[in-house]
Amino acid sequence: MTRQILSRPRFSPARLGRALSAHAVMWFAVALTLFPMLYAILVSTQTTQEYYTFPPNLLPGSGTLRNYQIAFERAALARLVFNTTLIALTVAFGKMILSVTAGFAFVYFDFRGKILFFIIIFLTHMLPVPVRIVPTFQLMDQLGWVNTYWALTIPFFASATGTLLFRQLYMTVPASLADAARIDGAGPLQFLWNIIVPISRTNLMALFLIEFIYMWNQYLWPLIVANAETTRVIQVGLKVLIATDAAVEWNIVMAGVVVAMIPPLIVLLLTQKSLITGLSLFEEK
Amino acid sequence: MQTRFPNKFLPYLLLSPSIIIVLIFFVIPSVQSIQQSLYRSNISGTRQIFVGLRNYEQIFSTTEYLNSIQVTFLFAFFVVGVGLALSLFIALVANQRYAGFTIYRTLLIWPYALSPNIAGVIWGLMLEPTIGMLTNAMQFIGIHFNWRTDAASALLFIAMAATWKMLGYNIIFFLAGIQGLPTEILEAAEVDGANAWTKFWRITFPLLSPTTFFLFVMNTLYAFFEGFGLIHVTTNGGPGYATDLMVYKLYRDGFIAMNTGFASAQSVVLLLLVASLTFLQFRYAGRYVYYGG
Repeated sequence: MTRQILSRPRFSPARLGRALSAHAVMWFAVALTLFPMLYAILVSTQTTQEYYTFPPNLLPGSGTLRNYQIAFERAALARLVFNTTLIALTVAFGKMILSVTAGFAFVYFDFRGKILFFIIIFLTHMLPVPVRIVPTFQLMDQLGWVNTYWALTIPFFASATGTLLFRQLYMTVPASLADAARIDGAGPLQFLWNIIVPISRTNLMALFLIEFIYMWNQYLWPLIVANAETTRVIQVGLKVLIATDAAVEWNIVMAGVVVAMIPPLIVLLLTQKSLITGLSLFEEK
Repeated sequence: MQTRFPNKFLPYLLLSPSIIIVLIFFVIPSVQSIQQSLYRSNISGTRQIFVGLRNYEQIFSTTEYLNSIQVTFLFAFFVVGVGLALSLFIALVANQRYAGFTIYRTLLIWPYALSPNIAGVIWGLMLEPTIGMLTNAMQFIGIHFNWRTDAASALLFIAMAATWKMLGYNIIFFLAGIQGLPTEILEAAEVDGANAWTKFWRITFPLLSPTTFFLFVMNTLYAFFEGFGLIHVTTNGGPGYATDLMVYKLYRDGFIAMNTGFASAQSVVLLLLVASLTFLQFRYAGRYVYYGG
């Protein structure tokens, strides 16, 4: 009965109208989300004369090579990209490893202090950088980590997000798998490596995506702790392109912006499917 | 219930890296924030003097700090209110089954990859007072928008950029939430002749409350903590103090003016804020919010 009522509708003007307005809303939404990025790319290809117009010039310009060349020179972009890629990859992999092991420990063992440990890891959620910024900076200073990669990686390795994600996943793994492993005489570490890690693939990819983007986009912490030529990250380094005494050269700025937004976008595009699977697992606490 | 391995030592070994990092870089410094908020250094910075709650009294008696609280709340209201309403609306439309909608859904997620400061720079150009395409379009219909000189424009500008950056994230979660709704109820309502409006307010919206609540918390945290780069790269808190978000003020006091006592007191204010949000999440999420099952 229900099936019949809700089966694929035949053509009618009202239905067509509804479909058209749905498409119109989606066009608006897609334009809203994508146009600013597209516009940044366009301006990065234009000369000053080409973008200094109204109505705006929405065609690719002739300044691409020059803009990117100047942006790379002025902001030392190559080094910024290198630094940011290095820390984003290191932190993403570090978090993946620590999250899998922590999630595994919470699900597959009974031990004293389990709840306390769980709360401690969850605390990372409650203590963002601004809440502890002065003492953490002083600690970096004492450790001699200011302007080193250590300051940009080690403090980020623990992940409440990842631990929760894998704990949630492992609780749904059939108990028979671990039983079989034990009967076969496999130890917990063998079980972790041979069974648990492979079934975590989608979630590992989702976590990689989340954490790579998270780390690539860090601003406040790298600004105060690693704002030296050798360790500066791209988000912080772009400011020299904007903060000029003369008028802002927006085409050069946008060249820098494009370089800063392409890597996380590529990661997003490559792993987008896993993100949706991974995240849907997450939200049910 | 999962099978347990009988190992006594291994779980500690597996957890120790995470626990050590959280204690050293999160928990101890946070406690030190509280401690340092009760001290003030002397002029030469060589000695710490215990001053009790004087740092708090002082920050709360300056118009500058009260202003940055007000600015942050206005910013957060916009980011959370407009952001959630807009992304819920988009997600509801995007969830329908029409040709091409899979592609739309994919494209909508892209801003998730960008940082708030990149969003700020791009919107800063589109809203540039003299050459910005949106500013010129607004000029056309008689609206003057200048985020470099006008306080309201500046705040609106950073709020728009920050909201735009979060759209992708919010839409992903709303879509996942909508797709997880029990279809039988919606079908039953349809059979009973409920129109789209009633279905939304009576069924979809209440059933979506866990997603909405989760996103409310995440967006509030985002508005309070992630706006720093956006301000630092565009308005520097100005014009005047129009966009002086609490995190930006904290940075200026702690790392430009080098007043660690003031900065730590502000850290503690922010800590209280996160703590109350977390409390809300644990206390009320389970009770008033539908979590399925």
